[in-house]
Amino acid sequence: MTTDLVRQEVKPTDGIKHAKKEVNWTKYILISLMFLYLVVFLLIPLVFIFVKAFEKGAEVYFAAITEPDALSAIKLTILVAIISVPLNVVFGIAAAWLITKFQFKGKQILLSLIELPFAVSPVIAGLVLVLFFGPRGVLGPFLNEIGLKIIFSVPGIIIATMFVTLPFVARELIPVMQAQGKTEEEAAISLGANGWQMFLRVTLPSIKWGLLYGMILCNARAIGEFGAVSVVSGHIRGETNTMPLHVEILYNEYQFSAAFAVASLMSLLALVTLLIKTWIEWRTEKH
Amino acid sequence: MTIEIRDVSKRYGSFQALQNINLEIPKGELVALLGPSGSGKTTLLRMIAGLESIEEGIISFDGKDLTNTHVNQRDVGFVFQHYALFKHMTVFDNIAFGLNVRKKKLRPKKAEIEKKVYELLDLVKLSGFAKRYPSQLSGGQRQRVALARALAVEPQILLLDEPFGALDAKVRKELRRWLRKLHNEMHVTSVFVTHDQEEALDVADRIVIMNEGKIEQIGTPSEVYDSPKSPFVYDFLGDVNLFHGRLDQGKLKVGSVELNVPEYQNISDKEAVGYVRPHHMKIDRQKQSDDAIAAKVFFCHSIGPVWYVELKRENMDEYVEVELTKEEYEQLNLSVGEFVYVRPKEMKVFIPEDFVI
Repeated sequence: MTTDLVRQEVKPTDGIKHAKKEVNWTKYILISLMFLYLVVFLLIPLVFIFVKAFEKGAEVYFAAITEPDALSAIKLTILVAIISVPLNVVFGIAAAWLITKFQFKGKQILLSLIELPFAVSPVIAGLVLVLFFGPRGVLGPFLNEIGLKIIFSVPGIIIATMFVTLPFVARELIPVMQAQGKTEEEAAISLGANGWQMFLRVTLPSIKWGLLYGMILCNARAIGEFGAVSVVSGHIRGETNTMPLHVEILYNEYQFSAAFAVASLMSLLALVTLLIKTWIEWRTEKH
Repeated sequence: MTIEIRDVSKRYGSFQALQNINLEIPKGELVALLGPSGSGKTTLLRMIAGLESIEEGIISFDGKDLTNTHVNQRDVGFVFQHYALFKHMTVFDNIAFGLNVRKKKLRPKKAEIEKKVYELLDLVKLSGFAKRYPSQLSGGQRQRVALARALAVEPQILLLDEPFGALDAKVRKELRRWLRKLHNEMHVTSVFVTHDQEEALDVADRIVIMNEGKIEQIGTPSEVYDSPKSPFVYDFLGDVNLFHGRLDQGKLKVGSVELNVPEYQNISDKEAVGYVRPHHMKIDRQKQSDDAIAAKVFFCHSIGPVWYVELKRENMDEYVEVELTKEEYEQLNLSVGEFVYVRPKEMKVFIPEDFVI
């Protein structure tokens, strides 16, 4: 009887100590595993890109990124981003606004549709565009008649990029706007503001960080998109090659240093994007 | 400005939020819309503001039909339940907002806006707070900023949605008094929504009591409190004891007790319910008349100077609450478990056929 009691008394405390230790172990094991994983799969390849790019010296590196085809690819990539990101911002704000401030039938369907590009493989998205706008596609003969070329030219690349990046801004804004509700906007209106003033002075400032975050993600994807763009571009050097496509071509032609040089440029862009994103996260947390 | 509401109804899908509301709010009055949650009071307030569309009926200000006038043209100041201050703007910018968004022709000069804002800050006793952000203010301060912001556009009508709902008891009472004082000085027609009877009775010139989308009673605080027109109003405006019984020739028979109800002389043998406020009940040691109800002291407790005595009726599973002053309570010297007699000094009888309880 007495021994039983003693045992019972000891057991729980022992258990707690044990549990505490276990939690700590789990934590450290997980941390080391995560770091190992990230170093092997992310950091080493990233460093490797820069090592490879500069393998044959800075001269080769700069020659590779200033060569006309490379410059044209850089220009095209920037053009695509400049056009598709703002369009996405407009669409994203409109969609988030509609979904969070109004009640209507089919809201759930609209939400699913917005996320469709996440679910569909970019290659399929590209193929759909070819089937639709291509020379033998549904709108092909009509487009041919009015002399508009979409597939295998810049408009096709932009449309493909827009398709793939469509959800980014909307997805960032919907939870932000949902959390804000609409009373601040109602307050603005009741104080005599018109719709535009309400948007610029009340809505936009309160969603700006979410919006910027969405824009950055959208921009990163617009610059890096390969699959969909590859299908619609036609790979015309100096004309319809974006940076990722250019990297692929160089690589296939065994110009490894040049390929890695352009790739390093893209990685640099990605790193800058990541930095801005972290800064924004830090800002939003601070507020 | 006089607000006139004629035959206004509102429906959300199958839910009837408001039903045939008719109400006139005279110029300069401070009116409370009082009711439990879901009674439609906030919907009505938002319809007056123009934040909800009006599908049935007419709302007019000074005889001018505003049914289809947009919120930003209505000249109303609206104070939201959770203040809805612009979080990214300073207190100054919040208050100046209504003036800054005016069309260029109507917009006051920058110096004038500044003067106006500081005047308002003075009025709401927040002079040193112009540069603060809403997140740096307490609930009561935010509420006053919201009020100053609404007043900045010099509205003809001030609408307040549960203005003191989110504040603690002491601040609430203070702000209540302050709002009353402010209203006496400014004479803006004001309507506020509340579910707190005390607040409505304390502040308003007139109270509109609402229940399930309908107006139950309109009257001054003393009118609605002293002569409630329906069991709902009676129940909602304070604690109440119910005596179920049969009404016969001016008497309400509750068990073996007969209570006098002179106003119902001509009714014979009908079910009825007597409503008695706890402070209209008297406790006696001895049975002094036929209307004394035997009961056992069950529980006594005090809140400040008021004593509440809960009693269990003899042979019944019903409880009676009596409110006594401290002196009365001390004089009676009651002890728990003791048998006494309770007697209603004042009672209002409703016949359930007329009113659904």
